[in-house]
Amino acid sequence: MDQVAVPEHAVAESAVAEPHAEGQQHPIRVYLVIWALLFVFSTFSYLVDYFHFHGVLRWSLIIAFMLVKAACIVAIFMHMAWERLALKFAILAPPLFLLILIGLMAVEGDYTFLTRLTAFLR
Amino acid sequence: MANHVSTAHGESTPPGLRGVVSDWSADKQAFPVPWGKAMMWIFLLSDTFIFTCFLTGYMNVRISTTVPWPNPSEIFSLDIAGRHIPMILIAIMTMVLITSSGTMAMAVNFGYRRNRANTAALMLITAGFGATFVAMQAFEWTKLIVEGVRPWGNPWGAPQFGSCFFMITGFHGLHVSAGVVYLSVVASRVWRGFYDRKGSYETVEITGLYWHFVDLVWVFIFALFYLW
Repeated sequence: MDQVAVPEHAVAESAVAEPHAEGQQHPIRVYLVIWALLFVFSTFSYLVDYFHFHGVLRWSLIIAFMLVKAACIVAIFMHMAWERLALKFAILAPPLFLLILIGLMAVEGDYTFLTRLTAFLR
Repeated sequence: MANHVSTAHGESTPPGLRGVVSDWSADKQAFPVPWGKAMMWIFLLSDTFIFTCFLTGYMNVRISTTVPWPNPSEIFSLDIAGRHIPMILIAIMTMVLITSSGTMAMAVNFGYRRNRANTAALMLITAGFGATFVAMQAFEWTKLIVEGVRPWGNPWGAPQFGSCFFMITGFHGLHVSAGVVYLSVVASRVWRGFYDRKGSYETVEITGLYWHFVDLVWVFIFALFYLW
């Protein structure tokens, strides 16, 4: 129902181009739902701060809302959900290596912290 | 949906992992999307690494400091109508950016429906929200600088707070500002019918990818810098 007739000259022009030339057409409803969800989850993350949650509860809630919002944006707004698996892998797999960097720097930060404690705060 | 894609030569490629193998090993274009879109994705991938390096650096200095980290909830609070509301400016900025992401998604949708006027208008609205965001950020920076925050120190605690704040939000603000210019240029081309003559509105989607990415980065900054 949302397929809009493409003018004939456009078809002729895009025939030489990629099969994707017609582009990503999805019902507007999908975008509105995701849009609403983003507002809801942003409000939730704000409320985590507003109600002064602390410790593990605060951090896990913040991370959870962050990841849900990121997934909504990448999958729907950026159309990744509808791309072929080859493109998904090429774009989404490399950032996983960043987890190694984050892990290493967390360990390094702890080490620096302990070194400072023993060296400066005696 | 777009799982079974016919190539220019007419044969169809399988979905799933077999599709990955055939996409990457066959004697054909690896990604059946417009080249500009593939390139924008790869640019955004590199940008992901840049922002992750910033946020990881911030994590590292925050873990390793022996001085208490300033409380962002208090620093970014505002007094509105006599009430003290924590973090309200950042919450409003978040909402502005999400709103702009929504209008951008609508613009892409109208673009593929070849609705020239709506596409251009929605892109300009998106750019307007982006400019609003940058203005609020300028207000935020001014407030903090007046209160004595510098890259090398601040009145409340760990001196690293300032350098992390200015670097991370500065780079993000720069991306938003560039996005506003980018959006305005593409919107004016949409308005003049450039993409109707070209026969494809894919540039609008590519611009949208950049804009959504800017919103995506803010999601991480909001969670990890402001809320943590």
